[in-house]
Amino acid sequence: MKNKEKSVKEPLFHIVKRTSVPWWKSWLIRAAAILLAFVVTGLLSFLVLKKDPFFIYSSMFSGIFGTERRILIFLRDGAILLLIALAITPAFKMRFWNTGAEGQVLMGGFACTVCMFYLGGKVPDGVLIPIMFVAGVAAGMLWAVIPAIFKAKWNTNETLFTLMMNYVAMQIVLFAIKIWYPTGSGNMSPLPHGNLPQIGGGDFWLSVIVVTIVTALVYVYMKYSKQGYEISVVGESENTARYVGINVKKVVVRTLLISGAICGLAGFLIVGGIDHMISKETVGGRGFTAILVSWLAKFNPIFMIFTAYLVVFLQKGMGQVMTDCGVANAYFADIITGIMFFFIIGCEFFILYQIKFRKAKKRKKEEKETCS
Amino acid sequence: MFVKFLTSAIRISAIFLFGSTGEIITEKSGHLNLGVPGVMSVGAAVGCLSEYYLIKSIGTSVPFLLVLVPLIVTFLAGAAMGALYSFLTVTLRANQNVTGLAMTTFGVGLAGHLINLIKAKMAVIARASKYYTNLFPVDDKLGWFGEIFLSHGILVYLAIIVAVAAQLILNRTRIGLHLRAVGENPATADAAGINVSRYKYLATCIGCGISGLGGLFCIMDYMGGNWDDVHFLEGFGWLSIALVIFTLWRPALAILGSIIFGGLYIASSYISGITFAQIELIKALPYVVTIIVLIVTSILNSKETQPPASLGLNYFREER
Repeated sequence: MKNKEKSVKEPLFHIVKRTSVPWWKSWLIRAAAILLAFVVTGLLSFLVLKKDPFFIYSSMFSGIFGTERRILIFLRDGAILLLIALAITPAFKMRFWNTGAEGQVLMGGFACTVCMFYLGGKVPDGVLIPIMFVAGVAAGMLWAVIPAIFKAKWNTNETLFTLMMNYVAMQIVLFAIKIWYPTGSGNMSPLPHGNLPQIGGGDFWLSVIVVTIVTALVYVYMKYSKQGYEISVVGESENTARYVGINVKKVVVRTLLISGAICGLAGFLIVGGIDHMISKETVGGRGFTAILVSWLAKFNPIFMIFTAYLVVFLQKGMGQVMTDCGVANAYFADIITGIMFFFIIGCEFFILYQIKFRKAKKRKKEEKETCS
Repeated sequence: MFVKFLTSAIRISAIFLFGSTGEIITEKSGHLNLGVPGVMSVGAAVGCLSEYYLIKSIGTSVPFLLVLVPLIVTFLAGAAMGALYSFLTVTLRANQNVTGLAMTTFGVGLAGHLINLIKAKMAVIARASKYYTNLFPVDDKLGWFGEIFLSHGILVYLAIIVAVAAQLILNRTRIGLHLRAVGENPATADAAGINVSRYKYLATCIGCGISGLGGLFCIMDYMGGNWDDVHFLEGFGWLSIALVIFTLWRPALAILGSIIFGGLYIASSYISGITFAQIELIKALPYVVTIIVLIVTSILNSKETQPPASLGLNYFREER
């Protein structure tokens, strides 16, 4: 009898969903994953670049904190990435997979550029900048609300719809640049009018201030407003939302209007405040990176500050490492960022699930048997 | 003129066809892989690297090997990317959209880094390109028929064969039935005794391997062994994902769809009296067409044209 029982093959381990996990434990797991990722990427850099890990880490730090200007650029770029991540957060919280932030930011920036190009010099900057702001935000909203309306009305797949909209936006931008500079190489030079005022002698602080305000607003909106609550109910279960009388269609469209508006604001800041022109690289993949930033922070705007700066730290830091090693491209930095993402994405599993091993269980069984 | 246009459209369609056939197989298992651009780039880069070292070691004396070895290596590299994706999404049940996007970042970076190793020596690879581009030597004796149907490289025909085979396997065999069951309702498939994880893993790995071949074709055949802009393949990857929707998850339709996409992609060079600006607008057409198809199918809402029911959702047996 006993032999028969033993011959039933029990798997080495099985996976159990955790019922609840204390917040400190989940963040401990995430911190461990990030630490592990740093070790692995350091090791990889060591193997590929043949420099000792100390050199790599110190080079990373000098790339971020080496000079005052570098720190300011770090603050600015982190703020912009954070802003785009904040923009997609309401949509993602609602389980509306908005992969179109790239296009929404680009359209926002494009609308600003159009205003700068046609109105620049004809109206004073004091009038032009508010017009740019309105145009940018409206363009971002438009680009986000089109997929939302179709999602609400006919349940059109939003992941793919928003993804396609990115490329339509990109082609529109390229089209406009070719019209404005028919003989040029396709690159625009910075426009002199409609530049946002510089605070503290550079284009750094304005972004940081605006993004700080938006972060607080989004946090309050998501956590304390009725609309924010509706978003999370729709995200948890559409059926529940419908049952308690939430108009799901209205919430979807309204949330995407907000999402698009913040994207448009990001475009306005990038074009009006930093680049003063537009190209197809204006957003440069930040619309996609922002999805990771937002998701890593579990859609919490406060944690997002940390994740956004972590990602920018990695990208800028690895960029500096490559420069110090005499490599003039950012590919290796992308690899490192990718690996970091994999670790953080993968570690969620250990927060949500628990692995129970066979051995531990058997021992318990034996203990029970001896007791009885 | 039209013959030339159609021939070029069919030629470039192989990129889309490999990409979308692979993605259809993956999506049939219920996994939306947004990492196709990364998979294609890595496949192409590893393939080029193997080509380079092959030519370095055996020269160009055995043309047969110069095509076959990179083909296999590319497939394996794509499958390895697929294994990474499945480990994260099937075993660790990570969010598919986020994982896919991370795969694209990682893949394009890896491809750029690898191709950078041989960047100065790409001419070596270009020498092997001619073995890819023309399979049948008789095409110029057969007029327009030969040009349209017989003037292509081996990978174009392989793409069509793979698409037809995928269509048959998906719809006519037990394996295909099981795979579709996994994608539609994994819990039911599990209850019926189908190993859900194994199907998901295999479908993703094979799908990614096939997608990777699209990258190899693009570099070795279409570009003639040149690869200046690493981000060049990315656009093709996204278009391949678009094509999956455009063809309603049917590999056989993807053959036609990829030719249409290929035609739209090259259309601008065949319309006379067009400005550079208008070219950019024409390039947006494949995306706009995809959006329209997406909208129309969702409005019609018929059962035959829907994505697999569990697409994008991960499966955990104990979760009911």
